[in-house]
Amino acid sequence: MRLDVDIARKTFINAAGERTDVLSGINFVLATGEVGVFIGPSGCGKSTMLRILTGLDHDFQGQVSRPADARIGMVFQEPRLLPWRSVEDNVRLAAPQAGAARLSQLFAALELNGHRNHFPHELSLGLARRVALARAFAVEPDILILDEPLASLDATLAANLRDQIAALVDNRSVTTMLVTHDIDDAVRLGDRLFFLSPRPAQILATVPILTPRAARSEADLNRIKADLARLNVVNV
Amino acid sequence: MLRLLSFVVFLASWWIASLVVGDAKLPAPPAVLAAAVAEARSGALFFNLGVTLARVALAFTLAMTLGAAIGYLMGRVRLADRLGDPWLILLLNLPALVVIVLAYIWAGLTEAAAIAAIAINKLPTAVVTLREGTRALDPALEEMAAIFAVPRSRAFRHVILPQLAPYIAAAARSGLSLVWKIVLVAELLGRPNGVGFEIGVAFQLFDIPLLLAYSLTFAAVVLVIETVLVQPLEARLFRWRPHAA
Repeated sequence: MRLDVDIARKTFINAAGERTDVLSGINFVLATGEVGVFIGPSGCGKSTMLRILTGLDHDFQGQVSRPADARIGMVFQEPRLLPWRSVEDNVRLAAPQAGAARLSQLFAALELNGHRNHFPHELSLGLARRVALARAFAVEPDILILDEPLASLDATLAANLRDQIAALVDNRSVTTMLVTHDIDDAVRLGDRLFFLSPRPAQILATVPILTPRAARSEADLNRIKADLARLNVVNV
Repeated sequence: MLRLLSFVVFLASWWIASLVVGDAKLPAPPAVLAAAVAEARSGALFFNLGVTLARVALAFTLAMTLGAAIGYLMGRVRLADRLGDPWLILLLNLPALVVIVLAYIWAGLTEAAAIAAIAINKLPTAVVTLREGTRALDPALEEMAAIFAVPRSRAFRHVILPQLAPYIAAAARSGLSLVWKIVLVAELLGRPNGVGFEIGVAFQLFDIPLLLAYSLTFAAVVLVIETVLVQPLEARLFRWRPHAA
């Protein structure tokens, strides 16, 4: 499902009545099944951008076009699970149409089978992140939005989860936006990298990665990272 | 075990106090028990307790439903909050006696007047508690529900209501104790039956054993309802919370 984004300007007015531009010129198109990675300094306006894309914020200049019936799955920076519902019920609430077989398969893939009946407070952050991922995939999304889904996880766990994301994305060819600070995650998962400027955010550079995700060797990854370093846009 | 011990201590200090001040002012436990048994034999005790409990149930349900709805609205909608706030402050500070007397004057000495008066006394505290609860709702979870296109009714049940549950429980708890107190006053002033009425009669006849018999059975009923109904319900509602070891 194609996602066509053209945000000319987004302005906040603070309590004192001063206007601040948060976004100025976010312009991109993601084709079906493409993974776009957004890299930018903290506080540059990425969260605001995601709020606009998900339809939570309509107060901006420009246009976001996606099919009206597009299903969105999102993984937030914090897992945002309902503390009063079990792991399984959290997933079912977002995806009531998901069949038992599909859920079992998803829980198995994310190694959550033993935790179906646990409450979120009984989970570690890594597990809670995986539940959030399961929820996002259970809705069989047309558009998947991942807002720093691997932040503050240890390296092994992050790598593990990253591989699972890659597998799930390739399985269903879902249009994906990934926001991250980690250049390593970006070059392993992305089809196209978008580098954002500090606030007000605009797209500074767009870097496509042509080698398919699954075929990228360590040498490829190092070469891409070296190219990016030469571009001098990686200041994160 | 500890409860039993504290009950024994209560009985013992009562008995000792009655020996000190004399039977006329504070009858000993057996005299009160005898009065209670006599009332129970004639059926009057159960009838009056039943009538009072029915009034409590009606007034409590009415005040909780209305209060929760108004509180939620005031927490959500700024305009409603600003319109409702002066009324709320007025009702919060209006003495219960004023409401009861006015209700009886305007609506006559009727059942409806009594129940409305009790409900109006409880209403503002429910509104205030639920308004606070609504203001404290986590927008992050509502955003999650919106992005995943969870239908409104489902989101209300699974996302909003569980967040309000502690506030509803608090409002119910404090509201119930308020209703227990006010219902007797309303009965004393304008009803021909109920525990409050009987206590009024006992007061006029200076029949202290009867007065204590009604007071203590009423207190016992309240205690039983709290431990058998309210506390287990709360425990079930909040079973997802982490338990202290």
